[in-house]
Amino acid sequence: MKLPRFLIVWLAIGCAGVLVLPWYGLDDGTSLPALFAAGPWLPPLALPLLVAAWASLGCTRPHALIAAAITGLLWLAVEGLLIGQHGWAYAWLDTLFGAGPSQPAMGWGAVCYALGCLMLLAYGLARLGACKGDVFVVSAILLVVGLIALFVFYPVICILSSAVRDNDGGFAPWLFATKLASPSIWGLDCVFGVRSCGVAWNTVAEATLVGLLTTLLGLAFALVALRTRLPMKKLLRALSILPIITPPFVIGLALILLFGRAGVVTVWLANMFDIPRSRWIYGMPGITIAQVLAFTPIAMMVLLGVLQGVAPSLEEASQTLRASSWYTFRTVTWPLIRPGLANAFLIGFIESMADFANPLVIGGNFNVLSTDIFFAVVGASHDQGRAAVLAIVLLAFTLTAFLAQRVWLGRRSYATMGGKGHTGVPATLPAGVRASCYAVIVPWLLLTVAVYGMILVGGFVVSVGRDNTPTLEYFWTAFSIERGVGGWFLSGSAWNSFIVTIEVALIAMPFTAVLGILTAYLLDRQQFPGRRAFEFLAMMSFAIPGTVIGVAYILAFNVPPVSLTGTGTIIAISFAFRNMPVGIRAGLANLSQIDRSLDEASLTLGAHSFCTLMRVIVPMLRPAIVTAMVYSFVRAVTAVSAVIFLVTGHYNLATVYIVGRADVGEYGVAIVYSAMLVLFMMLVLVVIQLIVGERRIGRRTEAPAIEAPGLALVQG
Amino acid sequence: MSGGNAAPAVEFRAVTKRFGSVTALHTVSFSIARGALVTLLGPSGCGKTTILRLIAGLEQASDGQILIDGDDVTKLSAAERDVSMVFQSYALFPHMTVLENVCYGLRASGMRKAQAIELAQAKLALVGLAGYGARLPSELSGGQQQRVAVARAIVLEPKVLLFDEPLSNLDAKLRRHVREEIHELQQGLSLTAVYVTHDQQEALAISDRIMVMSMARIAQDGTPRGLYEQPISHFVADFIGDANIVPVVIESRTGELASVRLGPLVLTLPHRSAGEGAAELSIRPQALLLTPGAAGPDALPGRISKAAYLGSHMEYWLAAEGLTKELFVIDPDVVAPLAPGADVAIRLAPSGVAVVPQA
Repeated sequence: MKLPRFLIVWLAIGCAGVLVLPWYGLDDGTSLPALFAAGPWLPPLALPLLVAAWASLGCTRPHALIAAAITGLLWLAVEGLLIGQHGWAYAWLDTLFGAGPSQPAMGWGAVCYALGCLMLLAYGLARLGACKGDVFVVSAILLVVGLIALFVFYPVICILSSAVRDNDGGFAPWLFATKLASPSIWGLDCVFGVRSCGVAWNTVAEATLVGLLTTLLGLAFALVALRTRLPMKKLLRALSILPIITPPFVIGLALILLFGRAGVVTVWLANMFDIPRSRWIYGMPGITIAQVLAFTPIAMMVLLGVLQGVAPSLEEASQTLRASSWYTFRTVTWPLIRPGLANAFLIGFIESMADFANPLVIGGNFNVLSTDIFFAVVGASHDQGRAAVLAIVLLAFTLTAFLAQRVWLGRRSYATMGGKGHTGVPATLPAGVRASCYAVIVPWLLLTVAVYGMILVGGFVVSVGRDNTPTLEYFWTAFSIERGVGGWFLSGSAWNSFIVTIEVALIAMPFTAVLGILTAYLLDRQQFPGRRAFEFLAMMSFAIPGTVIGVAYILAFNVPPVSLTGTGTIIAISFAFRNMPVGIRAGLANLSQIDRSLDEASLTLGAHSFCTLMRVIVPMLRPAIVTAMVYSFVRAVTAVSAVIFLVTGHYNLATVYIVGRADVGEYGVAIVYSAMLVLFMMLVLVVIQLIVGERRIGRRTEAPAIEAPGLALVQG
Repeated sequence: MSGGNAAPAVEFRAVTKRFGSVTALHTVSFSIARGALVTLLGPSGCGKTTILRLIAGLEQASDGQILIDGDDVTKLSAAERDVSMVFQSYALFPHMTVLENVCYGLRASGMRKAQAIELAQAKLALVGLAGYGARLPSELSGGQQQRVAVARAIVLEPKVLLFDEPLSNLDAKLRRHVREEIHELQQGLSLTAVYVTHDQQEALAISDRIMVMSMARIAQDGTPRGLYEQPISHFVADFIGDANIVPVVIESRTGELASVRLGPLVLTLPHRSAGEGAAELSIRPQALLLTPGAAGPDALPGRISKAAYLGSHMEYWLAAEGLTKELFVIDPDVVAPLAPGADVAIRLAPSGVAVVPQA
């Protein structure tokens, strides 16, 4: 019997991995294929492939195929993890076997070999009846799981393992205990003494405060938008876009220019009312204001959805039962939106915890976990162990909140989404509630306007507050184009990082979208054992704060077997996996609107699942794909926290460059660059909106291209 | 492995389907002859749609064997089975034109475009939609969409054609018309068809054979006439058409016949293997004949409690002596209706009355 094409292709790729392609990823390209390389541990890798080839003949031995593929993958992992660049990777192997062999990091050969084994494994499993015998589905699941394991799980494991080791790599659990129990993390001096509290308490207090404030503000906005006659729809739409296109630290920067010691407002107050200048903004007040400004729109979008889910007919029913509007609000509306409020709070909580740039810019001496992690890695102490411990504490907090959000709130959502025919006019707000909503919103709006005004204008005056002469000096420093010997060239200091940013974001964009949409398809349309766990893992990656991911990537990918630091690849990979949940959410939201019988019709008409995916589902998922691509791009451009650990002189990014300028006090350039980024992003969104807006098909106009759920994600 | 001509089009051998702890189908066996239109009928949740989806390959059996045309397809995916399905929602791809929809299956199995279009046009003409190929499904009426779905399914000339409540999204008048069209098409192309519905009139009208499902099993399997006139159980008698099911006593059995006591009346009916003692009798509403006035010894005395005029016939509810439940009667005489409160004599017609063997 002849071999199926799938097997031939992947066997060939696996064989190419050991026979043809260079096994190690050396820069000079001198590496030989595995079979001819020096290490005696490499040739055995060919054995599983031979067994697999034998097992494939006639396709009658799936068990042997599976065993061979798993053996190959395990051997690859074991030899890679045990044999490092300088002998054994673990000290106990030295004591057992003496000085060990060494090898550099893996290259294309290893990649092809791993892929080949994975696909052979998928074929074997499908032959045994996994996923209704669908080879494409099994291989897609294995591929996504493998990638998540390598780029999310493995780094986190590395953090955990490095926390229990000392700086020389020895196993030191007591050191971990000491570091974890450190008073600098858990101290309560601010309650009982005069010094500041531990960084963990600082972070929790800050996150709780921000969570509460964003939820209240978001609720006020949602209530005013939906339950009063104010025409606010357009304003809210604009507001909801701001945090997406604004790099997170920009708000902190603007606050400094407004309220810092030399800020516009401070100077004005000092001149007019002799109020002494102070540094009150640096620290908790500044972080709080900045984060509330940045994250309120997210809470607002969540709560808008929740309020819209409360059927007006319920409130009308209450009123026809002779309840006053206050009684209706208290007994019907409020209990129905309570789970949504908890959700908004948890999202604000996680966002605040994960935020790195605002505490860095405006935090002063008020330390939070995300910045402490950064300073533990790059600071004078250079204590990776401490960074790992702090990262674990931060991860524990955000994962707890994430778990609470999923497990506890998962069953408590009353919002009736599928409810047809809910007509009627929503109840108006009781006067007292309405007044307090306005009282909260108006100052907030003024502050937002001031902040964004400052961002747009601040870079075009000599020194905001002190010398308001207009100038293009900063703009030219950053974005000048000059004519030299070889013609026009970009001489501005910002161009390099700007172009690299766009490049990396563009590279990451299709991968993020494919990964996210494919995962969404598998989650929504396929049944397989471990589906819930798979979903949890895939979504979990956004509960991991960027700083943690940054540290984890340094720890995991700085040394063999996978060495990627210092390349643009690792930045693109970190973008792809940090933003994948956006794609998943957009995909899931869109897939739930596509009737399952369409897939089934395609299957019964003889189209296999891959054909069905490409010809039926993907064309209808176009809005979700566009959403995933846009968000992926925009979030990649605005991200700071993870990439600040990964950038190099060669691959510098716009945000990191701006933070660097702000750090040395060059606010003019920083602000001008920020303004340009915000404007650029706005342009991208508008252009895409124009293109997508005309491309909608048939009746499916109700699916919005830019959707709210994608917002509820951690950016830092 | 391929079966000879004698092999049935579809065969289930002790098939069980479980969803977690719920058993949707409990050790069901049957076979369907070629060219037959078999209907699966039953209340929602009885397992009829599960059978359909198991034939299609959209679900995989937990136990047992499924054969199509004599070949074991138990482990094959939907795409690998020579079966097509017309969905309740029609499931027309909204981003493709009508012609693209009908071509879809042919193109997916690798047919050249020109040939696929030719075949698709022919089938569209067959369902009366020639010239509609360039439209989008959203531009068609419900009935037209339904025909596109049928054309898309039959263009593949499947071994078995499946219908999942295909008429439930159409309005009542259109339903009768489309039902006949489907029937004619199936007969004309001599297709084997399996049809799921919960509408028993629809089932009676078009089926060669009906399988009534209840609680994950087949309750009765037979011709429409057999099911209506000879219900095997209380459930089937009650589910197929209206029936008055009244308690009776079987006094004696001689050969095929038994003498059955209903109140003051003694009837002679086939016992259908019901034993002596308490039993149930199924009486169709039109098998109860009413005459105004007091009852003689050959009739059951009763009194009209409610009467309704329905144009073509009268409906009565009446209390009969010795029965706790009211009887439901359909009387074609609309010229001289009976008024509520009137005394009537109730006689039984020779047909439409049957002993129910199982409770």
